[in-house]
Amino acid sequence: MKKEKFGCRISHSEPGPGDGGRTGSWRVKRPVIDLEKCIPAKTKKAACFTCWLFCPDGVITKTIPPTIDYEYCKGCEICAQECPVGAITMVEETVFITEEK
Amino acid sequence: MHIIESGNVAAANGVKLANVKVIAAYPITPQTPLTEKLSEFVDAGEMDAQYIPVESEHSALSVCIAASSTGSRAFTATSANGLLYMNEQLHWAAGARLPIVMCVVNRGIGSPWTVWNDHQDAISQRDTGWIQLYCCDHQQIIDTVIQAFYLAETVSVPVMVCYDGYILSHTYMPFEIPKQADVDKFLPSFKPEYALNPNQPANLNTVTLPDVRPDVRGDMAPGYMEIRHNLHADMRDAIDVVGDIDKKFNQIFGRGENPYIETYRCDAAEFVAVCLGSLSYHLRDVVDILREEGIPVGVAGLRLYRPFPDQAIRDMLADLKGVIVFEKALSYGNQGALFADIKAALYSSKNRPKVHNYILGLGGREIKTAHLVDALRNSCVDTDKVGDTPVWIGLKM
Ligand code: SF4
Ligand code: SF4
Repeated sequence: MKKEKFGCRISHSEPGPGDGGRTGSWRVKRPVIDLEKCIPAKTKKAACFTCWLFCPDGVITKTIPPTIDYEYCKGCEICAQECPVGAITMVEETVFITEEK
Repeated sequence: MHIIESGNVAAANGVKLANVKVIAAYPITPQTPLTEKLSEFVDAGEMDAQYIPVESEHSALSVCIAASSTGSRAFTATSANGLLYMNEQLHWAAGARLPIVMCVVNRGIGSPWTVWNDHQDAISQRDTGWIQLYCCDHQQIIDTVIQAFYLAETVSVPVMVCYDGYILSHTYMPFEIPKQADVDKFLPSFKPEYALNPNQPANLNTVTLPDVRPDVRGDMAPGYMEIRHNLHADMRDAIDVVGDIDKKFNQIFGRGENPYIETYRCDAAEFVAVCLGSLSYHLRDVVDILREEGIPVGVAGLRLYRPFPDQAIRDMLADLKGVIVFEKALSYGNQGALFADIKAALYSSKNRPKVHNYILGLGGREIKTAHLVDALRNSCVDTDKVGDTPVWIGLKM
């Protein structure tokens, strides 16, 4: 079969950040981790990582402290809802736009 | 080996010879004896396949979609409203480019209920992105089922093998069952183009955005429009593939050579009757009678309906005086679907013939040879007498 432009004939995606496009542009609220409350950040131990487990976009790192890739974080708020100690707050994006200006 | 059996048994033997691994089907008249035969084969250990009983046709095709997505050769069969119940999954299987083969044992669709033959079921599904092949006799059924897997797997497009309910499915005819060794020589083993692979986890057929997008590796992935374009392009390429597969089949089995259109007495014909399925064999008798009367008429049965073999149609029909399309289906509120397709194919030809349309045999209404003779004679004697709107044959009102 001739394969003109694209090798793949179907829609297909593999796990990893960015396979749904630049999902960061969808975000209305940004999750911000409070390192004073976050368990691994506070204890310096590889513990919890509930946010990493639940993030549907795979954009939270399993590191001490965890970090979020805002290029692809779509702002769904699941991490904030799941964090057992309430370390993640959702901040309006407009706040950051004003800051950048 | 030659046997005398029904068209459904011919189809079942084709499925068995093709080494199908997963069968999921829901019984519906007149397809039922085909699925019963397959379950017998599996139960007796004559087929190394999973026969998965399901509660509906929608599930039957869903099971086949899942099986094909794991790289198994999958088969299903249905008729009429069963095919309509699959409609959503038909589109899905085509878009997912899964080479499933399905027998459609043609039956009229309800309401009102009918169990008898016409072509409305398959014709109403012509735009689902499936290839449609039509058979005229039992030998073609078994041969076409085997070829269909080759075709589907070469172009990654699912295939419907259509044959007339009762007229072919339940009547007995002699046919040859090919030798397994020859079929194995003909049909390569199934190497799926797109299948789930635990070593490389992926989602298949995920949501697309209106535009193209970079994938996880940063390569550009096709969007909805590219994927649909490629389905169309591969369907068009499938026309040549049908020809190539026919040649290979002919070399091994000595049958074929008419991959697109099967003709009868079309030599020096000025008029040709065109139709789908077993009706073309019925029309052979009609043509014999009219040839006796000195009318230069032949008959052409289309074997491939989607993709539409428009070049082969033009080569055969473009310079005739008249083309007469006999149809057991209708695009309601317009005209016969095949009639419209044939006219579209001929439109660009300089001396395009007059094209007439007869609708007949809906819901199993008896098709009388005398009616066919009258209609075809009318169309040949005076090409202006019959207009552009479909004429109904055998209508009692
Ligand atoms: S809001 Fe949280 S869970 Fe949602 S995508 Fe962003 S990081 Fe992941
Ligand atoms: S879920 Fe909350 S506490 Fe746990 S790692 Fe994430 S931010 Fe820290």
